[in-house]
Amino acid sequence: MTVFVKLTTTELRLLVREPLAIFFAVLFPTALVVILGAIRVFREPVPELGGLRIIDLYVGIAVTLVLAMLGLQMLPAALATYREKGVLRRLATTPVHPVALLGAQLVANLLVAVVAAALCITVGYLVYDVQPAANMPAFLIAFLLSGAGVFAIGLLVAALVPTGKAGNAVGTLLFFPSMFFAGLWAPRESMPATVQRIGDFTPLGAAERALHEAMTGSWPNPLSVAVLLGYLLICGVAASRLFQWS
Amino acid sequence: MPVVEVEKLAKRYGDTVAVRDVSFTVEPGEIFGILGPNGAGKTTTVECIGGLRTPDSGRITVLGRPPADRSLRAEVGVQLQEGELPDRLTVREALELYRTFYPDPADWRQLAGDLGLTEKLTTRYAKLSGGQKQRLSIALALIGNPRIAVLDELTTGLDPQARRDTWELISQIRGRGVTVLLVTHFMEEAERLCDRIAVIDRGEVVALDTPAGLVQQTSDEQTIRFRPSVPFADALLTTLPEVRRLTRHGDRIEVSGNGNLLHAVVSALALNQIVAVELRLEQATLDDAFVRLTGREES
Repeated sequence: MTVFVKLTTTELRLLVREPLAIFFAVLFPTALVVILGAIRVFREPVPELGGLRIIDLYVGIAVTLVLAMLGLQMLPAALATYREKGVLRRLATTPVHPVALLGAQLVANLLVAVVAAALCITVGYLVYDVQPAANMPAFLIAFLLSGAGVFAIGLLVAALVPTGKAGNAVGTLLFFPSMFFAGLWAPRESMPATVQRIGDFTPLGAAERALHEAMTGSWPNPLSVAVLLGYLLICGVAASRLFQWS
Repeated sequence: MPVVEVEKLAKRYGDTVAVRDVSFTVEPGEIFGILGPNGAGKTTTVECIGGLRTPDSGRITVLGRPPADRSLRAEVGVQLQEGELPDRLTVREALELYRTFYPDPADWRQLAGDLGLTEKLTTRYAKLSGGQKQRLSIALALIGNPRIAVLDELTTGLDPQARRDTWELISQIRGRGVTVLLVTHFMEEAERLCDRIAVIDRGEVVALDTPAGLVQQTSDEQTIRFRPSVPFADALLTTLPEVRRLTRHGDRIEVSGNGNLLHAVVSALALNQIVAVELRLEQATLDDAFVRLTGREES
């Protein structure tokens, strides 16, 4: 156990030393909330949204952005780099199985995600009075499910790519369409029904929907839960089958 | 009981045969060298011993156990050729992290000192020179206080002084009773450090002996060069049973032969009141032995 704690704190330290990671995963989503909230029309209730404001939607979207940055960009690139540079190989010669480093990476990324999401929600609440999760248990479940689904995809990418650079490229390729369906460029609610329907089956579309529902007081819908669990299961199993240590 | 036993090891990658037939045993407390040209199968052999690769056939035991036995990881320290660390990890963090992996770790401060890393403890891995990375890699292989240290090309990339310091360290480690399995293509390193050497070429062991034994095995020929104080006829020396060949280069004479050549030549000259001036004796080196065994120059 102490070994795992030491590995995790080391991975956290390394993650924090990555200035780009901290900027894009921790500061950027919150900055987005601040900037979008500064636009006056985004702070006015929209009847079609049941009286919600656009900024109310963007806090949830910013949280999915945190997960996408960490799960699709940071995680696969870091793990693929570890394999490429022989970090995992070296670990395989010690009493610690390299799977421990994988676990430490996941936990470190999850901790950063929690901090970054909390920052988004706190700033949204303090600056624009965005109500933080009306249904807190539902929000936590939605957050964990979303994190698990997205990180499992990241693991699968890490299992499939040969190098850290390739991990980065594939992650970026997945990032943009995923974030489109999560509503980064236009909230899901403003999309045509067909696009919304497609989005329901994408990991971040499902994540955003589940988070949004929790923030407005309801429980995540079964479809989103099933979709996220599906990604976790399929990608998780595939990653564990395909992952090579060297 | 030998600490490492390798019997008829074979390993191929696709159509490429990396190791065809390798057998040897390593005795406790010795420094055992695996010498061979690039691509001979040295690294594959030690990777199989380290449990990183599964042999296609053959039998390996390490401390009486199969290499896949995870309990060996705490007793065998491995330094690989390609095993880097995260760029932003400092030397101190790496040492402190890796020491938690082992039940009975070495004092990392002392190890860092022995390897000349004390000044670099707060330096990030990416900022280390090639030689410093190499020394950190050796430190991590030794931090668990292993009974066996497997070191693959340990002085590659080190400058001559650092190389000699590392040799000194390896001798110290052996002094503590650690068995060392050393992969190298440096003749001088093998000659200096190893008690016994297995020469591997094209996936097979072509010779296994002490460094001196290898030299003798491949060539017992010696060459003497000198300038005689007074001229003499070739027959004076060519009739000696030890002499095989005599050539003249101006006033210099070169005599090649075997057995106790030097004594035979000098005695014959002395009997005739001839003094050998500027006398040089040349013996075959491990280099020569290597070239003869593998048919190639040292890479």
